[in-house]
Amino acid sequence: MLDRLTDSLNFQTQALVLRSERQRVIASNIANADTPGYQAREMDFAAALRAAGGGQGASALSATQAGHSSAGGTAGGTALTYAAPAQTNLDSNTVDMDRERAAFADNAVHYEATLRFINGSVRTMLSAITGQ
Amino acid sequence: MSMLNIFNVSGSAVSAQSQRLNVVASNLANADTVAGPDGQSYKARQVVFQTVPFAAPGAPGASAGVQVAGVTESATPGRRVHEPQHPQADAEGYVTYSNVNAVEEMVNMISASRSYQNNIEVMNTAKSLLLKTLQLGQ
Repeated sequence: MLDRLTDSLNFQTQALVLRSERQRVIASNIANADTPGYQAREMDFAAALRAAGGGQGASALSATQAGHSSAGGTAGGTALTYAAPAQTNLDSNTVDMDRERAAFADNAVHYEATLRFINGSVRTMLSAITGQ
Repeated sequence: MSMLNIFNVSGSAVSAQSQRLNVVASNLANADTVAGPDGQSYKARQVVFQTVPFAAPGAPGASAGVQVAGVTESATPGRRVHEPQHPQADAEGYVTYSNVNAVEEMVNMISASRSYQNNIEVMNTAKSLLLKTLQLGQ
């Protein structure tokens, strides 16, 4: 019974964890902007959230084939890909600073948005519990 | 808390960039020196950056910091100026100055300071996000 109260929070929690993972990946790219030979990493957020069990609308996923993984996995196994360089560099570093800065700002705003969604859900539940 | 790892990553980058800035300062300071510590003319130095993988629990290889792998000395010959009155002049009256290229060093300095600023901004953003996370549910 009690887990129904917090069920709606699970999706947002997964999203928040993945946002912080992505923030860390982008921070690594920015840190290595001057390292020769560094290959920029990027995270496909939609695919990672789907893999983490979030998916569309956080509804229960059904495994219809033998190869399907069970829903509600953790965000630990998120696959990172290598970013395709827009311009090649002589030291084969593929960090595009403009793109990374934009992605960092975008991710920070989305992180804050997710925080607000969680805060809103908590407040809604609290007002339902107090019944005022 | 994967966000706390950002401070390690950006901190290592800031430290590496400040070391680069330090080397640039030493190069610029010695741009007009004739003799280095070994009696030869001063050789311009360059830092070599290297990626350090920070093994984070749950996501191996996701975050990577920077370290200075070493400092190399430029092998280009020093500037030779004809100054027979100079005490360091050789038999032909030439003085060998350091091989520091001031324009190159200025560009290097701007690049280092921009990278430094970028990483500080990353840390500031991560800090404000973490502080907001701490206030969750209040």
